Parts: sequence; C-alpha cells; structure tokens
Amino acid sequence: MVNGVKQFELEQASFSEFAKAAYKNFNMDYPKFFKMDNLSKLAFLASEIILGSKVKEGEENNIALVFANQSSSLDTDVKYQGSIADKENYFPSPAVFVYTLPNICIGEISIRHKLQSENAFFVFEDFNAEFMTNYADLLLATNKAEKVLCGWVEYYQENYKAILYMVEKQGDLEHNKEIVNTLYNK
Amino acid sequence: MEALKQELKGKIIEVLNLEDIAVEEINDNDALFGDGLGLDSIDALELIVLLDKDYGIKLTDPKAGKTIFQSVETMATYITDNRTK
Repeated sequence: MVNGVKQFELEQASFSEFAKAAYKNFNMDYPKFFKMDNLSKLAFLASEIILGSKVKEGEENNIALVFANQSSSLDTDVKYQGSIADKENYFPSPAVFVYTLPNICIGEISIRHKLQSENAFFVFEDFNAEFMTNYADLLLATNKAEKVLCGWVEYYQENYKAILYMVEKQGDLEHNKEIVNTLYNK
Repeated sequence: MEALKQELKGKIIEVLNLEDIAVEEINDNDALFGDGLGLDSIDALELIVLLDKDYGIKLTDPKAGKTIFQSVETMATYITDNRTK
C-alpha cells in the first residue's frame, strides 16, 4: 500500500515468494537484492517504493533513515546459529553472518541510493510513535537531515510487517505521534 | 572434469544466490570476480566454505584464492587435484 492505495498483493505465498514477486512486479533492477536476508529484503522493498521518487540521481540526498522493530535480526541470528551448532558439521556462512545485525538493512538501502546520511535502528517491544516522532523532529530541527525516512520493519520466521513514512519540513500531514500511530495501525 | 564444472556452476549460483544467472550462461573461463560474474569479497569467503564443505579442501593460504577462484575452469582443476571427498 502507498498512501492507502494497494500496489501489489500475492496471497498464500511464503515471504521469499512474495519478495521475489514484488521485486519483479516493480521492475527493480538490483541483483544484490537476492543476496540479502529477509529483514533487509523487506526494508529494501518498502523503501524502494518511497525513495524511488524522492532520491535525485547525481545529487547529495540528505535523507536520514530511522527504523525500528521488535525482533532485531533474530531471524538471521537463528539461521546462523544453525550453521555453527553442530561441531561435526561446522560451516558458518559469511554471507549469513554479515546480516546478524538489524541495522544492516539500513546499510543496504544507503548503498543502493548512495546515501551518506544519519541513520539509526532501534529495537522496541512495540512500535513507539512518540520516540520515532521526537527523533525525526530532532534530526530536522538540528539540520542533520532534510528528510527522514522512518518506520517499522519487523521480520521473524514468516511473520512480517513494514510501515515506512517520509518526514520533511513541508510535508502533506502534520507530524505527530497520533498521526504516526494512525499510519502504523492502518 | 566436465561434470565437475557443471556441478560447480550450479553450486555457485545456488550458494551465492545469483538469481538472474543460469548455468548455461557461465562459460568455463569467465572471470568470477571483477567484470565477469561480479562477485564480491563475501562471495569469495562463501566459495572457501564451499570448497571445505563439499570437497574437503581447506585453504590455508588466503592468497591462493586469487588464482583458484579465477574461473570455473581453475576451480575445477584445483578441486580435482586436491579434493578429499
């Protein structure tokens, strides 16, 4: 959904199937997508749809990225643990290991759009609209960023949710925790 | 040797998640890094794990990887000469 309008759906599909279908549906041309873990794929897909129209090629785009979730990178942590649990079959995967931090998904988006902006990833029990609102406001008020892409990107064992929204000084809606909560609960 | 090269191409695609590349698109002498398949440093580490896991080869000299991982051809030759399983 973008601004309340459905963009794409695929029912009764695993996340892997959904992610691949969405990537192809939106004609995203970025082969590194397939190397990402599921949290990064989720964050990447959601951010591409918003940033695609906001990022200007060849210019400095001072768009901060501030994300949060509940499960951190636990899904990939568990997968990595599985590769080192058996001493007789001990083959840790470097490609899995590099995703055992939640903020790697922010790095993937930054690489994709050549962003050298402020970023932070927070882990909360639940979506914390007040914290996110205050943090984004502070970045804008102190001129640390011209825009802030905020949101919740949660993934753990096929349960997932991504809600992203862009905050800027002259936005379409007022930026406060009530409106942000409304976006999250839609 | 030919069967091993085909097997390696399939494994490289699978292990490195090269979603948009088919076995038949990889030539035996294509460069794996740089302008060829465009693999990166993490991919190189995964190839080292692949050698260990599937062919029982432990690379003790990291510099040797540069020669071994030039192409599917060089990988297959090295595996044929050094495999323990």
